[in-house]
Amino acid sequence: MFVRLSIAVAALSLLSGAALAQGAKLTDPQIAHIAYTAGVIDINAAKQAEKKASNKEVKAFAKDMVRDHEAVNKQALDLVKKLKVTPEDNDTSKALSKQAADKLAELGKLKGAAYDKAYVDNEVAYHKTVNTALETQLIPSASNPELKGLLQTGLKIFQGHQQHAEHVAASLK
Amino acid sequence: MLPRRYLTTLALFALGAIAVPAHAATIQIVMENLVVSPAEASAKVGDTVEWVNKDILAHTATAKNGDFDVTIAPKQTIKSVLTKAGTVDYYCRFHPNMKAVLKIAP
Ligand SMILES: [Cu+2]
Repeated sequence: MFVRLSIAVAALSLLSGAALAQGAKLTDPQIAHIAYTAGVIDINAAKQAEKKASNKEVKAFAKDMVRDHEAVNKQALDLVKKLKVTPEDNDTSKALSKQAADKLAELGKLKGAAYDKAYVDNEVAYHKTVNTALETQLIPSASNPELKGLLQTGLKIFQGHQQHAEHVAASLK
Repeated sequence: MLPRRYLTTLALFALGAIAVPAHAATIQIVMENLVVSPAEASAKVGDTVEWVNKDILAHTATAKNGDFDVTIAPKQTIKSVLTKAGTVDYYCRFHPNMKAVLKIAP
């Protein structure tokens, strides 16, 4: 848990690391790519949970995650199309995807209540990490006001998810 | 899945089935950024509630006591007529943090 969280923080701190090293802030195409990738990661985790979870509340939570993250990502796609921005892959997106794939494989080996708990704990930690990145890196770096606005909406939504996940985690104990 | 949907339909029907009496008021309850406002609203039996969802996500107004369960699609407004008095705690099934109270006088 602590190891995993620190890896997640490390992955996202590449945001500041890489950007600061180059003395340049993240560009909008990179920010769009990172935000979209972060959503896809949570959708994939939730789809696994819809199949594997045994607890009713956990299953319902997973369904909520798919519904909301797909809605936010659809908005993001519509926006980049409108702004004629092509999301640009970058080190942060790559690190996030790699770490998420590892996590998915790790969760894939668990079963029953152990899986439920691990999935929900990871959802708490993941949303926390993403929210911190949004607040401290992505939103301040975004230059287009519409992109900034969508990220701010996303932050509100993901803060709600974090609380929801914390609530579910507490109910599993 | 089916029973829930069936119940939802029933609840919606119950909310909308009775004709609006004269002098009935319309009150607006807005869902924006995953917050319901006002958090506490007052109305009377026969009044219409306009559920306004300003978010890009679907929300529900689901009564804890089962009196109503309305689903509001993103950027949509749904009207329902109140048919039963009571102080009703309700929440969003998709975002359980969204909670509010509707006081319905007879
Ligand atoms: Cu909701």
